Amino acid sequence: MPTVTFTRALEQFLKAPPAEVEGATLGAALASVFASRPALRGYVLDDQGGLRRHVAVYVNGKPARDRVRLSDPVAPQDQIYVLQALTGG
Amino acid sequence: MADKIFVATHKGLFELARQNGAWDIAGMEFLGSPVSSVLAEADGGIYAALDLGHFGAKLWRRDPKSRTWRELAAPVFSPKPEDAGDDPHPWSLGKIWTLEPGGVAGRLWAGTMPGGLFRSEDGGESWSLNEALWRMPERRQWMGVAGGEQPGINSVLVDPKNPSDIRIGVSTAGMWASSDDGASWRIINRGMYNEYMPPDQRENPIAQDIHRLARCAAHPNVVWCQHHNGVFRSENAGANWREITAIRPSKFGFAVAAHPRDAKTAWFVPAIKDEKRIPVDGKLVVARTRDGGQSFEVLTRGLPQRHAYDLVWRHALDIDASGEKLAFGSTSGGLWISENGGDSWTILDARLPPVLAVRFG
Repeated sequence: MPTVTFTRALEQFLKAPPAEVEGATLGAALASVFASRPALRGYVLDDQGGLRRHVAVYVNGKPARDRVRLSDPVAPQDQIYVLQALTGG
Repeated sequence: MADKIFVATHKGLFELARQNGAWDIAGMEFLGSPVSSVLAEADGGIYAALDLGHFGAKLWRRDPKSRTWRELAAPVFSPKPEDAGDDPHPWSLGKIWTLEPGGVAGRLWAGTMPGGLFRSEDGGESWSLNEALWRMPERRQWMGVAGGEQPGINSVLVDPKNPSDIRIGVSTAGMWASSDDGASWRIINRGMYNEYMPPDQRENPIAQDIHRLARCAAHPNVVWCQHHNGVFRSENAGANWREITAIRPSKFGFAVAAHPRDAKTAWFVPAIKDEKRIPVDGKLVVARTRDGGQSFEVLTRGLPQRHAYDLVWRHALDIDASGEKLAFGSTSGGLWISENGGDSWTILDARLPPVLAVRFG
């Protein structure tokens, strides 16, 4: 099963431990996490279900390509990292 | 009189308490996170809207009894339909810019960027988008706030005698009103003009850059406006406006406070307009009128009169229910409090982060 790891920057707001989840696409894998942690969804996705503008997602070290529909395929051994992109101030 | 002040800043929420005749910081929350709006409810509940750079807009509430903070569901825009592809504004919450009580138990309004108006009937536990306003074709003409790409609802005025009468001020799209609990909306503001627009658009109601609206609670037909290029006053709840030219030392600014009972008294914090956005001559002052705008006093006692470059944002000036206490905070982190209607001011002994909003509680 793919593993999803979240930036520790989220810990000041809510719990977001690493999770092994079902899913053949990035969207499905994230949806599996959010099914058990619904409050986390709004921190990662915008209101239309795409990745937030300042959230970066890497699948096996490469940035996710489809940030709108989250259709990037993921395999059972894949590592998904959800990070904050750099912003100032 | 109020004995609490909540100060929302770029780096957290500060709670000020009045003890032994002096104000001091009694608590901090969300340190490091921008707090875009704060509301203290009559029951002691506190709402704080976070504007997290990476993770979006969030809403928290402090329970009045347990005094613990809990995250509530933030407002969410409805799914964007296929035929809305040419909408210039995103269908996703940018920030909660203003929170207001709805005049009915449990009801709250949230004015947001990119221009959605949300309503809760359960004390902020759940929210619904006002679809009538959001799907109005004219909404696509709303312009983004200077420095940002999204329009924003900066003011929500609920008639204290009739909570189904709602008026909003928009940066930048004039003033809109609903008399049917939000089921339908119309633009109402006549008499304003916008100097930076092309000549044929100067007086177009939708082109008016309303920075902030403030209403006299006891005389709700009286509304004051700090506009991008001047100060205006209405005596018919925002339908018609008269420019107030006596304002000194300048007519530009963001914040306005209306006296809760005296329809002729209001306060402004003027600055050099637009291109500079700093106090005139480096002197931070408050302008007060007590005669409906015919004349103004420039209040300076306790305010820095030398090399002050403090700007006061639209939500960063508040007045308490007594009409005697005022507080405002600046972009430079100054926080001043008056307990005599602005005659004199005391600075809080702190260097706060840039202040975004101030609310008595």
